Amino acid sequence: MRRFLLVTRNLVRKPGRTAALVLLTAFLAMSVFGGTIVVSSLRKGLESMENRLGADIIVVPAEAESKVSLKNLLLQGTIGTFYMDASAVEKVRETEGVEKASAQIFLSSMKADCCSVKVQIIGFDPENDFVVRPWIAESLNRPLDDMEVVVGCRVETKVGNDFRIYDRNCRVAAKLASTGTGLDTAVYCNMNTIHVLLQAAEEKGITHRIDSGNDAEVVSAVYVKVLPGADVGLVNNRLNGGIRKATSIRTAGMMTEVADSLSGVSNTIAILIGAVWLLALIILFIAFAMMVNERRRELAVYRLLGMSRRMMSGMIMRETALCSLAGAACGTVLGAVLVFPFTTMIETSLRLPYLTPAGGTIALYAFVAAAVTVAAGCIAGFRTAFRLSRVDPGTTLREGA
Amino acid sequence: MQLRAENISRHYFRKTGEANYFEAVRPVSLLLEGGKLTVLNGKSGSGKTTLLNMLAGLLMPTEGRVFLDDTDLYAMEDKALSRFRSEKVGVVPQGRSAVDTLTVLENIILPGILYGGKPRTEDAENWMEALGILHLRNAMPAELSGGELRRMSIARTLTANPEVILADEPTGDLDNDNTAVVLTAFRQAAQAGKTVLVVSHETDAEVYADQVLHMENGAIR
Repeated sequence: MRRFLLVTRNLVRKPGRTAALVLLTAFLAMSVFGGTIVVSSLRKGLESMENRLGADIIVVPAEAESKVSLKNLLLQGTIGTFYMDASAVEKVRETEGVEKASAQIFLSSMKADCCSVKVQIIGFDPENDFVVRPWIAESLNRPLDDMEVVVGCRVETKVGNDFRIYDRNCRVAAKLASTGTGLDTAVYCNMNTIHVLLQAAEEKGITHRIDSGNDAEVVSAVYVKVLPGADVGLVNNRLNGGIRKATSIRTAGMMTEVADSLSGVSNTIAILIGAVWLLALIILFIAFAMMVNERRRELAVYRLLGMSRRMMSGMIMRETALCSLAGAACGTVLGAVLVFPFTTMIETSLRLPYLTPAGGTIALYAFVAAAVTVAAGCIAGFRTAFRLSRVDPGTTLREGA
Repeated sequence: MQLRAENISRHYFRKTGEANYFEAVRPVSLLLEGGKLTVLNGKSGSGKTTLLNMLAGLLMPTEGRVFLDDTDLYAMEDKALSRFRSEKVGVVPQGRSAVDTLTVLENIILPGILYGGKPRTEDAENWMEALGILHLRNAMPAELSGGELRRMSIARTLTANPEVILADEPTGDLDNDNTAVVLTAFRQAAQAGKTVLVVSHETDAEVYADQVLHMENGAIR
């Protein structure tokens, strides 16, 4: 039997006390790790959304705002369609202060035999696009051919498969990386393809015409990048005044709205993590304070037999560190089990972009959560170790304390 | 070895009561020599245990000094004093003195391993046999009676084989046979050159003593 065995014997032969300490620290680690993952996923989701958008202004039909939540549709990729005359694109390009303008056409597939799944289909103009192309380029290093689609990471199909939309088969050319937003369930194609699909939808009775009998070309939205140094607000005003039956929206406003919601949620979670940490620390202090009385006699024996105060503090700290480490390991695993399988549910209930960090970052968070937990345990344990090392062995053993 | 106390006293401040200043031990000087068994008797509350704790290096005197040969115990830092006590001084305290998470055998070999020494399992088993507790070697302290626990504590001190043995009421919980076994063991330790002090308020131990001291109201008479 060596000195370290005293620590393990004490932990193993007092299973109730050990289990209570491990449970407490596990709860602490679970809340710190789980909470941190949720907050960082939300922040990463917003970052991804900002990177994805890349436009300063979006021009949409005037009635679009009353039809769907633009914020959800444009930023989150929720399903919705609206159309305006394609001549709006040229008018946008001619507006002073506009550097680039790229049109997109939206179409929703149906939950019916004619379509593989119900998704938002987004047609973009490869020649002028600055929004979708950079993102697609990460997964496909060639232009999209006609009747080819690129699908979001959560669309259930494989590269090379046929994807049926209104009885037309499109080949899946690539699958995009996760954005943590609803755009992960969207399907992208070029303008030629979207026009074929619009026609096919028309055959099924789903019209994209602005007015019945009008064969004019349509677009759903025009993404605008302003010239460097141009006043975005001023360009936005010009667009609002210059294009009939269209409305121009600054994306910064939409992003700010999302960022504000996200900030509110992540602040609440951060406060909760802090509160749980503090609560667990207080409970640990109380648990250790109770242990002081329970172990006074036992530690008086150690002192009597020649254990120095430093050795005794070291022994208590080792016990605490072992319990905290075990708790941290259990808590981190539990946190992962509670958070990762329910990513979609969390995303849906928070209605915010949510992108789980990379493995390395998760490992780092797990390490930090474990370190914070062990630190809390050791802070509480240190006070106990200090008090117990001051026990007067003679008096304690005589008193029968 | 020679254990020497020079004018040691111990005062306490009570938190409650009329007189808040209390002299547990008045200035005491004494010399305990190697090879001798000294019995310190006196009534309960006379200061015997306080004096023993001061002699053992466990309780710093309010005034005075304690020497083991030329070493001034209380001039040492806690780390050095603890190690010194572990190697040189064995104490049998009053009351229960078991580590509840260790078996009886583990409790007995504990002093030997605190500073990385080899466990004296064979010596431990010999003393356990002599004291009639060998069959309890793997039992936990919670399963033992008061007398068995006391014998375990004595076996622990004798197994450690220290130069100085200080025993506080070691036969309090024991029957006559075991009392005789324990006191004979202490007597043999003294004959082997150890310095032995047995604190007792009974007269049984005096038969085995080379020197008997009497304590009253915190002073040796």
